[in-house]
Amino acid sequence: MKRTLFSYPYILWMALFILAPMLFIVYHAFFENGRWTMEYIKAAFEDAVYFKVLLRSIMLAFEGTLLCLLLGYPTAYMLSTMKKSTAALLSVFFILPMWMNFLLRTYAWQVLLGSSGIISRILSFFGFSDVLLLHTEGAVLLGTVYNFLPFMILPIYTVLIKLDKSHIEAANDLGADGITTFFKVVFPLSMPGVISGITMVFIPAITTFAISRLLGGGKYRLYGDLIEQKIVSDGDLGLGSVLSLILLVLVLISIVIMQKAEKTAGSEGGTLW
Amino acid sequence: MVKAVRLAASRLGRVRKFFKGTYLFAMLVFMYAPIIVLIFFSFTESRTMSSWKGFSLGSYQQLFRDAAIMDALWVTVSIAVLSAVISTIVGTFASIGLYSLKKRPRAVIENITQLPMVNPDLVTGISFMLLFSFMGFRDGYFRMLLAHITFNLPYVIFSVMPKLRQSSDMLYEAALDLGCTPWEALKRVVIPDILPGIVSGFILAFTLSIDDFVISWFAADGVQNLSIYIYAQARMGINTKINALSALLFITVAALLLIVNLKSIREERAAEIQNRKVARKSA
Repeated sequence: MKRTLFSYPYILWMALFILAPMLFIVYHAFFENGRWTMEYIKAAFEDAVYFKVLLRSIMLAFEGTLLCLLLGYPTAYMLSTMKKSTAALLSVFFILPMWMNFLLRTYAWQVLLGSSGIISRILSFFGFSDVLLLHTEGAVLLGTVYNFLPFMILPIYTVLIKLDKSHIEAANDLGADGITTFFKVVFPLSMPGVISGITMVFIPAITTFAISRLLGGGKYRLYGDLIEQKIVSDGDLGLGSVLSLILLVLVLISIVIMQKAEKTAGSEGGTLW
Repeated sequence: MVKAVRLAASRLGRVRKFFKGTYLFAMLVFMYAPIIVLIFFSFTESRTMSSWKGFSLGSYQQLFRDAAIMDALWVTVSIAVLSAVISTIVGTFASIGLYSLKKRPRAVIENITQLPMVNPDLVTGISFMLLFSFMGFRDGYFRMLLAHITFNLPYVIFSVMPKLRQSSDMLYEAALDLGCTPWEALKRVVIPDILPGIVSGFILAFTLSIDDFVISWFAADGVQNLSIYIYAQARMGINTKINALSALLFITVAALLLIVNLKSIREERAAEIQNRKVARKSA
């Protein structure tokens, strides 16, 4: 019996449940009752609302990724400089929150940010009363950063702990101070971790749909919300499919950019030798 | 002079350590603030998290009598177990088969296999919805199971594949030459060799399935797992029984992870001490 036979059930499965569903999205985007139509494509590009929401989603994903990097890099770096056993234990504490349902944790931010929540009370104690926290763009951004931060910390941390310490020693021996060593040696060498962190935050952030509904109160709809609304509430499969395809193309473009960046980062690291 | 420099250095070290500790503590507060709120409100008498109405274990007592929550929990757990088992079996055989395919077809299939990992969950979910309604699958549970098996499969395959690459092709041939039937050769030689990959694939599949919301939301027509239940409830305010359930689940996982990690840390320390002793003796 040939070993290749073992893969046939999977190949059948793949054709049925990976390829066919994607073809259905393409079909619904371009066909109406078996006839070719450009109506949905036109609608998706002519109506300014869709473009506006798309831009907002991209901006929010950018801001969220940047904040995750600014908060996550120092965290990963500090963890990597600790004693091995302490760092191992602390990194578990940074993964652990992901074991509680993300919708529930996001919902808890609703309670924290609400007008009678703890943060509002602390603010009003200092004289800042009636500051609106929930249902703002900031709240949606906070939810994004909160949900995807571990995906930034982990890849950077794994690259940093594997980093050869002799590079740092060599830089110090050659007279570089702490800051120079960090920016000229440690940070460039950690680029692969940074890039995979950016990929793992930016792509889910651009396609998210529940976070904005829970924390933005429906006022700050993102592209994901729009697609969900078209498909589930309006039952508009054609337009929903076109918008899904646009999102897919956007994601593929960002993946290609990230892969290019990873290659150049890798080759830059290579020139060190 | 040297003393002064050393003193300054140790002071700087202490400042740095204090700063590091404060920063990490602040990050942990940020990560755990919502979790603490959720657990805190599991001990209240009020039905939702809008207000605190005194300490009570009522949510925990009523939790197990709430049919909707218990149904959702059952759907989540049973789908996770079933989809992980099925995707691990299909995925392991697929990897073994794909590994002996020729280069070109193998590359094509591996690329298609990556599609569900690259595709946004939202698009995957919608594509399942369109397929299932075309095929006329009405049963929401069955639809959710098919979807979960499908998005688990790539993760199983990409956990098993590297192990196959590490092990030798010759082993299977040798087993056949020594009189094994192909099935025996698989069972006794190939599978034990790649077992670590199969186990990590299974664990990955299980956790992905238990955590999924987006794909289930579109694929399952009306059947609710815990995530869908929570999303549907969020409009009216989530019942504190859900807080009680997630507190129980969270504390179980936390305890398990900490036990495993503390054990490995203790072993690491013991090994370190042993090494030092050996080093001292040889010196």
